[in-house]
Amino acid sequence: MPNALRKPWVGIALIAAVLVVAPLAVGASLGNAWVRVLDFAALYVMLALGLNIVVGFAGLLDLGYIAFYAVGAYLYALLCSPHFGIHWPVWAVLPLGALVAGIFGVLLGAPTLRLRGDYLAIVTLGFGEIIRIFLNNLNTPVNITNGPQGIARIDPITLFGQPLSRPLEFLGVGFSGVMLYYYLFVVLALGIVFVGIRLQDSRIGRAWVAIREDEVAAKACGINTRNVKLLAFAMGASFGGISGGLFAGFQEFVSPESFSLLESVMVLCMVVLGGMGHIPGVILGGLLLTILPEIFRQGAGPLQQALFGTVVLDPEALRMLLFGLALIAVMLYRPAGLWPEPRHRSEYKQ
Amino acid sequence: MDILLQQIVNGLTLGSIYALVALGYTMVYGILGLINFAHGEVVMVGALSSLTVIRPLAASGLPGPVVMLIGLAFAALVCMALGFSIERVAYRPLRNAPRLAPLITAIGVSIVLQQLAMLIWGRSYHSVPELLPNDPHDFFGASITEVQIVIIVVAAATMAGLMLLVNRTRLGRAMRATAENPAIAGLMGVDANRVISMTFVIGSALAALAGVLISANYGIAHYHMGFILGLKAFTAAVLGGIGNLAGAMVGGILLGIIEALGAGYIGDLTGGVLGSSYQDVFAFFVLIVVLIFRPSGLMGEKVAERA
Amino acid sequence: MTVLLEARRVSKHFGGVQALKDVSLSINAGEIYGLIGPNGAGKTTFFNVLTGLYRRDGGEVVFGGTPLRLSSPHQVAQAGIARTFQNIRLFANMTALENVMVGRHLRTRAGVIGAVVRGRGTRAEEAAIRTRAQQLLHYVGIGDSANRVARHLSYGDQRRLEIARALATDPKLLALDEPAAGMNATETAALKTLIEGLRADGLTVLLIEHDVRLVMGLCDRVAVLDYGEKIAEDIPANVQQDPTVIGAYLGGAA
Repeated sequence: MPNALRKPWVGIALIAAVLVVAPLAVGASLGNAWVRVLDFAALYVMLALGLNIVVGFAGLLDLGYIAFYAVGAYLYALLCSPHFGIHWPVWAVLPLGALVAGIFGVLLGAPTLRLRGDYLAIVTLGFGEIIRIFLNNLNTPVNITNGPQGIARIDPITLFGQPLSRPLEFLGVGFSGVMLYYYLFVVLALGIVFVGIRLQDSRIGRAWVAIREDEVAAKACGINTRNVKLLAFAMGASFGGISGGLFAGFQEFVSPESFSLLESVMVLCMVVLGGMGHIPGVILGGLLLTILPEIFRQGAGPLQQALFGTVVLDPEALRMLLFGLALIAVMLYRPAGLWPEPRHRSEYKQ
Repeated sequence: MDILLQQIVNGLTLGSIYALVALGYTMVYGILGLINFAHGEVVMVGALSSLTVIRPLAASGLPGPVVMLIGLAFAALVCMALGFSIERVAYRPLRNAPRLAPLITAIGVSIVLQQLAMLIWGRSYHSVPELLPNDPHDFFGASITEVQIVIIVVAAATMAGLMLLVNRTRLGRAMRATAENPAIAGLMGVDANRVISMTFVIGSALAALAGVLISANYGIAHYHMGFILGLKAFTAAVLGGIGNLAGAMVGGILLGIIEALGAGYIGDLTGGVLGSSYQDVFAFFVLIVVLIFRPSGLMGEKVAERA
Repeated sequence: MTVLLEARRVSKHFGGVQALKDVSLSINAGEIYGLIGPNGAGKTTFFNVLTGLYRRDGGEVVFGGTPLRLSSPHQVAQAGIARTFQNIRLFANMTALENVMVGRHLRTRAGVIGAVVRGRGTRAEEAAIRTRAQQLLHYVGIGDSANRVARHLSYGDQRRLEIARALATDPKLLALDEPAAGMNATETAALKTLIEGLRADGLTVLLIEHDVRLVMGLCDRVAVLDYGEKIAEDIPANVQQDPTVIGAYLGGAA
């Protein structure tokens, strides 16, 4: 490798260039559907980074994380859509979503955080299901969530007066809506990465890791473990809340279906598969688990056509099947994840 | 008709099945400290594989109970083999791995089983042939069907048998010893691997039974029936105090009854604001409340944090 | 001589077992106070009650003139009692330096916003934490291992690291739970020097120890627990002659 490439700013510039050009290249070669996949990849990376604070840093197993995503999404949907005829400014609603999700995080965490790890997992899972069931059923007697039909015609996100859903021509280059969303999501994801890195290397971040490593010893060191855990919960939840709001504005539609337990599991898998507590690993996990299954979904049908002349297995089922097998295989061969923190790498070998 | 009694009868039926599944979770947790996330799918495989045998046999005109027994035997064999393999492939290699690793493989196994079941048995709902007469009998003003009676009696007998096995046999003693302290049990000559395998096999047999019973109860089976059932049963196990066999039974039955009562009365209680579609909320709500006030479950021992 | 810690009639039972029965003792500021007794006498239970890990059933504890209410471990640490554990409890995957930096948590302030913005105040605090942690590592004699992961340190160094971490909370009383357990003679001798150094620097030390020779050679005063009761409290020379104590040990050994 030439020496210049070792300097950090060269790497950063390269990554920045790739991030800027990616949607244009993908859009031109593969079409806007694939840019949309990139949008989702960025959203899931945000979610995974949020959950990483809870699971990766503080070691609290949360199986209902998607509930906070749902809270953010529905808050946006209710406050920016014709459903109630309310159209609040988007950039006020997004932070509000973070705040409300964070409050939900504290409300859930306060009574449950003293539970042992696996119990916490099951309570959070139950909480996730409760939220989904309420979303599904709060259309009677007063129609709040519009039930299983979900809420449609949600306001798109606007930036400097430009709705991101509308194409834009800039410096002679045409940007489609999904590309505009891409840039917004990538910028916000980078923001969350920044916050994550700063937190990790701080007094609070050390306290989280200390709790993960040995809670009793952390208490003896004078850490108020309850508050510090609540803080992790609230931080993770508010990241989920922001991502949810972005999701609602991007889709212009939300329904309870998007917030099933499988989604929570998916985000958790991104964190664990990538490398718990290691931000680059978590980003890798988020990207892999959004993009690979999509490639597979698009590719499996035609591939079977070409090989067997007919579609033998339902591509959707095949995709999930391979996802399941991949989870097992990765954990068996790399129990600490694909890209774990260097110092944890030897953990399993001992 | 007496609604209260009726809901209790329904709840007892459902609860017996929860209890059978909960036992599988609690036995594995007691010995390995692991949530066997895939256990619910084993129940599903039990239900669907029994159906594969039951369908043609029922058409052949054999008596219903015989067909059911054959179906059960087949399902039990399939599930026992499945449980054994799951442990060997997905859990055993990870026994000393970071805590979350086996949880992820468990999730992986559960996804794989669901998808395989979908490929084998299809996406549709399968109706289950009526093998036992489904006529309602009057029971102090409530109605109870023969299927329900069979479920309650069979579940009770099975659980009694399991208690005998655990408390009175060599294998049971080895299981309890391993749950207490695997290292010491090993020093005393207990083959921990064998005990763990047996635990999975027994739990899976119970799951097969639960699968057959629940599909007989609802007359329907499908590839994603295992998930929510497994979740409820795990809730039941936690409710009773995970790791505790009696607790799993009590928790299962209690959860069944709470759910049935909840579904029956929630409308009246809330003045019609919440309907019976909130049935599932009840289970989780109860779970959360119990865990907050009695973190080790109803019958769990209080575990002091070791300094 | 001022009393730093006074325990009055402290009791604790687990189910039907009375682990501590009306234990009263007082520790003077600046002394090394030993707590010994046969296995299962209640020494570690006393420690855990004192440091808030267990809730006492009865009695009171006065520390530095103010009563310690039934409080949680972090409040006890806040009040100025730091401890180590019998079976070393380090943050195994953190470096030695980070372990000690965690110990500074209590005496520092930066929160989430500080961490993210990382303004001048936060940077200064972080630098101070780091400097202090490094000093403490040097103080206990493992300054060279700052960047090694805790679980890779030798057993003796892990003990030292645990002491450094406890010292980072700026305690008035340092409670050591069998610090010499599992150490060889050389390591024990070095530990003795370290503890004597702590006293020389004005710290009060409460020491639970099995190694009777270490206790007798190090402590200013010694209390003996047997079956959850205090059966003696005196200077080491007198405790060694005490027939009740000799009986307890021989009875315990028989």
